[in-house]
Amino acid sequence: MSLDLDIHVKRGRFTLEVQVTAPAGVTVIFGPSGSGKTTLLRAVAGLEAVDRGQIVIEGSNLTERPAHRRAVGYLFQEPRLLPHLNVRGNLKFAQKMGREVALQSFDEVIALLELGNLLERTPFALSGGEAQRVALGRALLSAPKCLCLDEPLAALDQGLKHRILPYLERLRDRTDIPILYVTHDAAEMARLADHIVLMQAGRSVLSGPAEVILSDPAAVPYLGVRAAGTVISGQVMARDPTTGLAVMGFDGGQLILPELNQTKGRSIRIRIPAQDIVLAREKPKGLSALNVFEGTITQLHAGQGPGVMVQFKTGETLFLARVTQYSAQKMGLAVGQTIFAIVKATAFDPTGIGT
Amino acid sequence: MSWLTIGPVELDALRLSLWVAVVAVALSLPVAVAVAYALARCRFWGHGLLNALVHLPLVLPPVVTGYLLLVVFGRKGTFGPVLEALGIQLAFTSAGAALAAAVMAFPLIVRAIRLALEAVDPRLEEAAGTLGASPIKVFAFVTLPLILPGLVTGAVVGFAKALGEFGATITFVSNIPGETQTLASAIYAVLQVPGQEAAVGRMIALSLILSFGALLLSEVLARKMVRR
Repeated sequence: MSLDLDIHVKRGRFTLEVQVTAPAGVTVIFGPSGSGKTTLLRAVAGLEAVDRGQIVIEGSNLTERPAHRRAVGYLFQEPRLLPHLNVRGNLKFAQKMGREVALQSFDEVIALLELGNLLERTPFALSGGEAQRVALGRALLSAPKCLCLDEPLAALDQGLKHRILPYLERLRDRTDIPILYVTHDAAEMARLADHIVLMQAGRSVLSGPAEVILSDPAAVPYLGVRAAGTVISGQVMARDPTTGLAVMGFDGGQLILPELNQTKGRSIRIRIPAQDIVLAREKPKGLSALNVFEGTITQLHAGQGPGVMVQFKTGETLFLARVTQYSAQKMGLAVGQTIFAIVKATAFDPTGIGT
Repeated sequence: MSWLTIGPVELDALRLSLWVAVVAVALSLPVAVAVAYALARCRFWGHGLLNALVHLPLVLPPVVTGYLLLVVFGRKGTFGPVLEALGIQLAFTSAGAALAAAVMAFPLIVRAIRLALEAVDPRLEEAAGTLGASPIKVFAFVTLPLILPGLVTGAVVGFAKALGEFGATITFVSNIPGETQTLASAIYAVLQVPGQEAAVGRMIALSLILSFGALLLSEVLARKMVRR
């Protein structure tokens, strides 16, 4: 399944002009506030009128259909549960409205989001995180052909976010419908995104697979230096119970990770921020850092600030490192050079490790 | 006949009052929901005019409202010939009494429902739309349940108003025992004759019982809805 968008909306001085194709999986729409992310999602769901353009899901054109006939599941920033119904009533609402929901999906969604003990509660008796989980379940149980998640974690505090993120990852891994996910949180994007669309001032400036965009020096101005970095997917190959260190294999080498509560054989993905990589021209000796790997510089990109973004390739994986302009000059960095990258095992934020 | 025994005239008045109030509320409620929805949610030309028109019976002296009803619905009024052709007579009939009570109660019912509608979060209705509910279903399954307390309040206040309505009723349908004599007009009629204190007392007691009963019922309903 895929989603093809060509959307033109003009509201006063604001213009939204976006052409995007979102394949199955999570497409993160990332950009500063006011860049038109929410307007884009609302247009897809039929909540915002479109001046011109087309919204096509799986080959069927939805542009002229009203919101209730689009089958676009929408999770808003706030849960918007219906206060006169209990959790079960909210979850079954779409079914009552005539949407054909497969019989087993109710139990599946309950299990996926762990809603079993909440069913008889009223929305008032739910915490913020629980309510948002119910709202997600309700959207899933509306037989959606596409899901729009509009900063679903923005209203939750940091601790709760990390409790909900695993649910979203499970959702991503178990459905084959396109999911549009709006956020301005780089860590969330790195954990969830299969594809990324970068938005600015109502236009999509860059889009592509997450690994490509996140390690593309050209994307750094839009991502911000803190968000830029490498996303690596791989498998847990071993875990040492005494040191707590785990070894993850990826295309191009191995990484040693700290305090990882993942069992052997599981696929995980981690993010290495560009600013957490140290570069050396020669193979370093006597270092405390556990991860050193060799690569070839593929791109050098001087930004507006004092930093230079260095993209290098190890195996088939593209990494992004940020060094100062001064270091880059002193080291004489150039495209095609062999380089050694050093990553401290403690640079990985355990909460930023996803599946 | 002991002073506590309720006579046939009083019983007729009681029965008529209840009938008039129930019919008035039943007639007003659906129209009031539509008008309240238009006033609370829609923007259209004549919004202010409609609002003023709805509130007119609240600010006009009831006698004037009754007189205007005569002018519009009386036998020689604007719609008199049309109604007569349809075999409907409103002036000086119990149906007319219900109409007068409905007109007088209408603004109160509309106000209660409009307040409830304005308190409904439109974002909930939007969310229901994304779950497959058409605008009509959104109204039936989201908006209506959420304004139910306002609907009950409006109905009870309207019922009380219809029960006690006097000025417009007596002007429009007069005070015919057994036909248009409600409790309020019966009390008025009895007061015109000296030495009827016992009858006045009985009817006042009946009015009190009715009013308190309605209030009690609304309390019980309101509490039930809060518990849900």
